[in-house]
Amino acid sequence: MSRRTRVVLGLASLAALGGLLVWAVGGLPDLGHPRGPYAVLAPKIMLRERHVTNTVTGVTFDLRGFDTLGEELILYVAALGAAVLLRAQRSDRAAEQAAEAEERRGPGTADALRALGAILVGPVVLLGVYVVVHGALTPGGGFQGGVLLAGALLLVYAAGQSAAVQRVRPVSLVEVADALGAASYVLIAISGLVFGVAVMDNVLPLGTTGSLLSGGFVPVLSIAVGVEVTAAVTLILTELADQTLLRGRD
Amino acid sequence: MLAYAVAVWLVVVGLYGVITSRHLVHLVLCLGVMQASTYVILLAIGWRDGGQAPIYVDISPQAPVVDPVVQALTLTDVVVEATVVAVLLALTVQAHKRFGTCDPDALGALRG
Repeated sequence: MSRRTRVVLGLASLAALGGLLVWAVGGLPDLGHPRGPYAVLAPKIMLRERHVTNTVTGVTFDLRGFDTLGEELILYVAALGAAVLLRAQRSDRAAEQAAEAEERRGPGTADALRALGAILVGPVVLLGVYVVVHGALTPGGGFQGGVLLAGALLLVYAAGQSAAVQRVRPVSLVEVADALGAASYVLIAISGLVFGVAVMDNVLPLGTTGSLLSGGFVPVLSIAVGVEVTAAVTLILTELADQTLLRGRD
Repeated sequence: MLAYAVAVWLVVVGLYGVITSRHLVHLVLCLGVMQASTYVILLAIGWRDGGQAPIYVDISPQAPVVDPVVQALTLTDVVVEATVVAVLLALTVQAHKRFGTCDPDALGALRG
């Protein structure tokens, strides 16, 4: 099929799809009046039965905790898949060594970037840890904080001389952290079996609403996810960054 | 209604980008645009007039809030999109290494 035919056919079907979608959203509830009973029930349940003030995190790690388990494993498998796909090309040991020698001679990172990176790493790590551990109280949670922490690690990567960081970068540590984060969520989820309750059923004390140690499983799972997301995002981004370095040498 | 219209527009314009794409990275980003429509529609469905964020640190437990369930679904959505983009970009790198091109039209033929 020629490109032109395809575009014409595509535009025709897009017009049809657009019409169907407009018809479909016409049947949605009016904006501003959510119909689902959980819109009202979820905040009450999380506040009274779990002492969690951030309902979104509460829903993610408690009401929908089992779905989040699957979601977290999707992220784990995706990081694994990206690493496997990108590393397949790196088997050529000789080319890699030649490239490393070249990198050692390559120009360093600009001083301004290094200084900025050094200044920002501390605050970003602090912010990331804060967002992860306060997930049950204020806006945030494991996923959001994990991405912030991965950003801090990549700041080190970007600000340092990339070749130097590449050689000492603890990839195996990142991989272990990824696996530990994913495994601890599963273990926490099935820990209820020890106490004779259902999977994902809370067995921890709920604490005082609004204090850091409250919410039962919610902050614990948030931290497990934070570790996993930090490691998975770091792994994916460093693998892709390595490709850029390899490409520059081709 | 504007939010729903934006969601429909994002699906259509993203799909248009996918159909006419001449580069795999562009195609992956167009998929991202399509997926963005799901965030808009989920958050729009959960919106309540005069509702606040469902975080009871400094608001009364009786205050009207927006639907937290769809917000949690949006979070899942963002994570899934990020993972899909990561794997697709890794595949793009592989396609470029193997065939020397990122043009989807040139990648159509099966090669042994």
